[in-house]
Amino acid sequence: MKYGILIVSHSANIAKGVKDLIAQAAPNLSITIAGGTEDGGIGSSLEKIQQAVDDNKGDEILAFYDLGSSKMNLEMLLEMIDRTIHKYDVALVEGAYTAATLAEVDSPLTTIEDNLKSLKIK
Amino acid sequence: MKLELVDAKKWITLFVEKLESNQTILNELDTAIGDGDHGTNMKRGAEAVTAALEKKEPETLADLYKTTAFAMIQKVGGASGPLYGTAFLDMSKAVKNDDLELSDLIQIGTDGLKRRGESDTGMKTMIDVWQPVSDALKADKFDQSVIDAALENVKGLVATKGRASYLEEKSKGHIDPGAQSSAYLFESLIEVLGE
Repeated sequence: MKYGILIVSHSANIAKGVKDLIAQAAPNLSITIAGGTEDGGIGSSLEKIQQAVDDNKGDEILAFYDLGSSKMNLEMLLEMIDRTIHKYDVALVEGAYTAATLAEVDSPLTTIEDNLKSLKIK
Repeated sequence: MKLELVDAKKWITLFVEKLESNQTILNELDTAIGDGDHGTNMKRGAEAVTAALEKKEPETLADLYKTTAFAMIQKVGGASGPLYGTAFLDMSKAVKNDDLELSDLIQIGTDGLKRRGESDTGMKTMIDVWQPVSDALKADKFDQSVIDAALENVKGLVATKGRASYLEEKSKGHIDPGAQSSAYLFESLIEVLGE
């Protein structure tokens, strides 16, 4: 698969919920998630994000996040690894859903990004 | 002026001690303008730093700062994890140059904070402590008064970055918790330099 989806949230339940939602629209995509801290609390864990990136089977990863430290941890990881990860500052649920739906039918990145533009909120 | 390994270790150790003993104060500051967990988060980070340094004694300055960075990144959980983590990681890379002055080291850490937080001075963040300290070190005028003045300035600012920015004018009059934990970092540095 050309693209995989990565969901990073402060909450494990949000991450899982978003995955459940978009997996229905994109059953063939690799969707991996990093939610909450290592001890199950609310927060962001670089290790969890790293694991979710490692587990993702996409050639390139489309990454979506919710709050500030998810974004900072994601950016920190981007500086540390070689994989191609596209990070989008868009509404998490709508953005991930849009990207997953389009990636599922092998839409090119330009199409996916065009559709994400109107969802940019941060 | 440069900080040698033995002094740098003391610096980090003192910082960790201050984070652990001031957990409640940091939580209270964060409760006023944030989500109330900065003290708890930083204490968790502090314990991770201590554990990592005990597990493997750092042999170089780069090792020391890198170990500190990774413990913070992995265990803090809140936004201060990637922020402190980036500052120390950048410092760890830079310190491989033997000629690096302490003032340059702190400026590199400050620049890391600005990059990671997409922020700058005047936004009521930890940068409002790091940058004045860095400037004072460059001018060879670094002492407690620099930190006190920085915190006083932070108190009067309206937050325009981070969660406190949602409070707008109401954030005025409170010390930013990240600025306070940064003050502990640099008060630790003064203790080391003063010896």
